[in-house]
Amino acid sequence: MQQAEPEIIFDDKIEQEIKIEPKDWMPEKYRQTLIRQISQHAHSEIVGMLPEGNWITRAPSLRRKAILLAKVQDEAGHGLYLYSAAETLGIGREEMYDQLHTGKAKYSSIFNYPTLTWADIGAIGWLVDGAAIMNQVPLCRASYGPYARAMVRICKEESFHQRQGFEILLTLGKGSKEQRDMAQDAINRWWWPSIMMFGPPDDSSPHTIQNTKWKIKRFTNDELRQRFVDICAEQVKVLGLELPDNDLKWNEERGHYDFGEINWDEFWEVVKGNGPCNKERLETRQKAWDNGAWVREAASAFAEKRNGL
Amino acid sequence: MNEWPLWEVFIRSKQGLDHKHVGSLHAADAQMAIENARDVYTRRMEGVSIWVVESKHIHASSPDEAGSLFDPANDKAYRHPTFYDLPDEVKYM
Amino acid sequence: MESILDKIQLPGSHPAAGIIHYTLHLADNALVIAHRNSEWCGHGPILEQDIALANIALDLVGQARNFYQYAAALIAENNLSSITITEDDFAYLRAADEFKNFLLTEQSNGHWGTTILRQFLFSTYQYFLYRQLQHCSNEHLAAIAQKALKEVTYHVRWSSEWVIRLGDGTAESHQKMQDALNELWPFTDELLTGGLASAANISLDDTLIKTEWTEKITSVIADATLHLPTSRQYVYGGTEGKHTPHLTAMLKDMQYLQRTYPGVEW
Repeated sequence: MQQAEPEIIFDDKIEQEIKIEPKDWMPEKYRQTLIRQISQHAHSEIVGMLPEGNWITRAPSLRRKAILLAKVQDEAGHGLYLYSAAETLGIGREEMYDQLHTGKAKYSSIFNYPTLTWADIGAIGWLVDGAAIMNQVPLCRASYGPYARAMVRICKEESFHQRQGFEILLTLGKGSKEQRDMAQDAINRWWWPSIMMFGPPDDSSPHTIQNTKWKIKRFTNDELRQRFVDICAEQVKVLGLELPDNDLKWNEERGHYDFGEINWDEFWEVVKGNGPCNKERLETRQKAWDNGAWVREAASAFAEKRNGL
Repeated sequence: MNEWPLWEVFIRSKQGLDHKHVGSLHAADAQMAIENARDVYTRRMEGVSIWVVESKHIHASSPDEAGSLFDPANDKAYRHPTFYDLPDEVKYM
Repeated sequence: MESILDKIQLPGSHPAAGIIHYTLHLADNALVIAHRNSEWCGHGPILEQDIALANIALDLVGQARNFYQYAAALIAENNLSSITITEDDFAYLRAADEFKNFLLTEQSNGHWGTTILRQFLFSTYQYFLYRQLQHCSNEHLAAIAQKALKEVTYHVRWSSEWVIRLGDGTAESHQKMQDALNELWPFTDELLTGGLASAANISLDDTLIKTEWTEKITSVIADATLHLPTSRQYVYGGTEGKHTPHLTAMLKDMQYLQRTYPGVEW
């Protein structure tokens, strides 16, 4: 029997929805794309711990404190699952950290905005986690096995994250005028960055076509964004609050909500590193890593000493 | 600097089931790897037992050999119970 | 800030006073050290350990809530307040001098080694305490202690291994751990002097706790190649509300929302 070329076998697997596993042959660009995307996703999880972590010590009830701590801890876990998935592609976690710290690797721009009030924790849960889940659910079917499996685990764990955020806003919405204002202000600040999380519009998204062909991506940025807007436009009514968009209007013909123009200049500015907290976030990560160096070294030295490795 | 080695984690989700691969993590030694696995992979009561193996000790078959290793089992239908036609009145077999 | 204790009529002579104070003391210990550990979230030396410490913090928040809920129930049962007191009232509406936690638990995090060591010294105490408490005459406290004992057993295991690892790791880590031990040692005797339990009619064998604690600490510290400080200069006062400035600073952060927007639901 004629041995098929590796590329044909690979394409065939993708075509038939057979997962690609670490030791399988894969095009170098597929490998690089995955490393970039998975590590970027992992970085987003751990940088994403910072804005919310900022409120763990100030959470206003013991219940909320436990929930928020568990949630931010979950994000550390998600980062870890994703780094592990990327490691199956032949890159080490430290190398990925290095790329993060030197600014070579990106993470989701949303985490470069500050968390100014407690309501921000609600808005992040509802909008930012909501958008993340919308992005992530299709990734559970991504063609690369370890990535898809990490995403399944992550999506399962994420399900409470969005609910806790919505619950915070719901409580604030029913609270004092100050609390309602706080909730509305948070939504005003997080709404636009949240819908930017789906990435640039399809006509200027360079990776979409190839990634769709490789079945890393299942829906386009604009498709997912529209779905998210449709859902949030309804949910915000339950909160008795508003989305900060005067152009938001149900379009009977399309069967979707129309919404206003996104300020892509702001998006690219934040991506480039000029967001309100880019510098602070990276410095904090770098500092945690540097301050932990003696701990990691000591544990290695101890293992060598006691286990005779 | 030397990075902590990578470990593969296997978890038995309940008594009576096999340990199943769930992912990997970094740890300086085996003891720490078990504890890290407990903290990372069983936060939601996912397990009753943990195995950890340093990743470098796993030997895996190569995908290139998959054809010669696994395809030959394809035509041994007689190994499966459904291969045999028995009269309906034969019960409990 | 208004204190919730102003809304509770609890004269020292009331038969429930002892048990309420003791329960709050147990709760405060768990909450304060949990809070300290939670400050690490997102800043740990490696993801795996960030997650590990958050787990311990979550266990301890859970214990604190159980104790506070029981204290609140005691207030209700004894009609000591005209309003309903909740777990959060105790945590968020008391001033530093109304907290009864041991001074050790409120000490600031320092470096990772200080935090680990603080946990080890405290968890070891909590372990031997809960071992007795689970059989005590108060069935509520006994039940909480029994459940928590499994958690604490793991905390002791995790923290003692880390103390040994860092003590006998590199020269740098050894020095850092010895410094941390010297720094925290003055706060250890307060754990072993008991006091509040007997006023609550909970009979504990304090001498046994002290012996067991000392034995465990001595053996782990030796295994870590560290030296127990010879100084007998100890500080006390936490159980009487005499705290170090660390607690005031911590509560200012923790109670920030209650202080800024009093009297609303979150």
